[in-house]
Amino acid sequence: MSLALSPEEQATAAGKDGAGMAMRIVAESARLLGAPRLIPICSAHIDGALYHGDSGTLFAERLVEGGARIAVRSTLNVGALDLTGCSRIRLEEPQRGMARRMMDAYRKLGCEQSWTCAPYQAGHRPAQGSDVAWGESNAVVFCNSVLGARTNRYGDFLDIACAITGRAPDYGLHRAENRRARLVFDVSGLSPSFLASEIAWPVLGSLYGREVGDTIGVVAGIANHPGDDALKAFGAAAASSGAVGLFHIAGVTPEAPNVETILAEPEPEAVIHVTPQMAAKARAGLSTAAVPKTIDAVAIGSPHLSFAEFEMLERLIAGRRLAVPIYACTGRHVLAFLEQDGRRKRLEGSGVVIVADTCVVVTPIMPELSGGVLMTNSGKFAHYAPGNTGYAVLYASLADCVESAVAGKPRFTDLAA
Amino acid sequence: MSAAAEILVRGKAGKGEALVLTAPISFWGGVDPKTGRIADVRHPQHGEVISGRVLFLPGTIGSSSASAVLMELVHNGRGPAALILHEPDAILLLGLIVAREMGWETPMAVRLGRGVFDAYRGSTVKVDDDGAVSVAA
Repeated sequence: MSLALSPEEQATAAGKDGAGMAMRIVAESARLLGAPRLIPICSAHIDGALYHGDSGTLFAERLVEGGARIAVRSTLNVGALDLTGCSRIRLEEPQRGMARRMMDAYRKLGCEQSWTCAPYQAGHRPAQGSDVAWGESNAVVFCNSVLGARTNRYGDFLDIACAITGRAPDYGLHRAENRRARLVFDVSGLSPSFLASEIAWPVLGSLYGREVGDTIGVVAGIANHPGDDALKAFGAAAASSGAVGLFHIAGVTPEAPNVETILAEPEPEAVIHVTPQMAAKARAGLSTAAVPKTIDAVAIGSPHLSFAEFEMLERLIAGRRLAVPIYACTGRHVLAFLEQDGRRKRLEGSGVVIVADTCVVVTPIMPELSGGVLMTNSGKFAHYAPGNTGYAVLYASLADCVESAVAGKPRFTDLAA
Repeated sequence: MSAAAEILVRGKAGKGEALVLTAPISFWGGVDPKTGRIADVRHPQHGEVISGRVLFLPGTIGSSSASAVLMELVHNGRGPAALILHEPDAILLLGLIVAREMGWETPMAVRLGRGVFDAYRGSTVKVDDDGAVSVAA
């Protein structure tokens, strides 16, 4: 089926201005995807303002020069700089200036200065069933799965092009029939104590992503809603290890009151019975370092930490001085709360480095170290840190991350799977 | 060995040594946008450089920033000579669409089933502007 544009869309696409360029990008993508038409959207989350090189800055400035403005509410994902000044970014000129120019260009296009990969915890929660265009793989999976709003994975450039045109290709997860589950990921064989542990969600997310790839699955065997922070960790890990854009959890996520309702066919194509051995192997796979004598840093907050996660961090540190820094990545929406009650000063006094507007795997913050070892409780950091920072990774629970940061060496208390 | 492949994104015809990936890759975090080197230590082709190669992709995974990495490679003159994808990946290919809008020269991207990838391994491969994929003499 070929793409049909409305007369209005065609007129926009013929323009030499920024809106014309945006419409052509949306239309070309729609053609590539085999979408028959474009549909209106009501919100966007823009991943494109992260500096990967000069080309992205030049693109955003071309849109600004062409007079483009966003047509729908648009939040911004992380940038390459910490504009709040909490942390020092080791990005040198001329890259630093180009990253700054890029962030400025997206502001001029009308985007909100949210600078977070967890916009859904910063007040941007589109309604269930609404069509939106979100970028950043963890934000996409949370938006689809936990909020029940409908988006595909909008990459850099297409996200802002959709925001400017207010249109997206009618394709994929915008269509109800493509949102149903074909696989069951059954975790009822795991112990309740493991399922209640903090590491269960990122570990299972990593396993889930690897097992299902881009097929939509439903998780069965979860008794209670684990909370947004757990679902955030699950989705981020799943979207890092596989092309997961939507998951369901029976009895927890809004489109899956139970397994039967969300299955596309009466019988699933496959049932993955998760065993404790599979979970243990997935957990081990998140580490790339053999257990070393010392660690160099801890990084948490991918996706960005919520206020509740900072409360847990502070409780675990309990006023102690850290031997190696804990880089705690978050958004400015949380920073405001941390400033209010002196929590930021206390955490920084212990040796926590708060990183706002960005994070340690997207821009150089941690010192360059050959043979450096990073500990993390984030499945997403575990996946991306070796390639992006050069540090080897040790995966552990937040409690073990804190104990290890205090000791300067790995401490594992919680090995049960 | 030759095949008529479906054109995904038009670009400049290219020739280069085949680089057949044996596992899906995430461009963001998996490929260095400055050098074109495969940086993902868990990837079987870790350390190979995609620049100037005819890149055979059995699949793509992960971040929605893949398009930015590909566009940056193109802008730096470090892009692959051509891309051959088992399945169209709109996120990745968008990097080529936007680069073209910016007026930069982009490589061809075509579609071929991954079952035939092995036949090109080790050869110099040519991708013509009509989508023909062939082993260069």
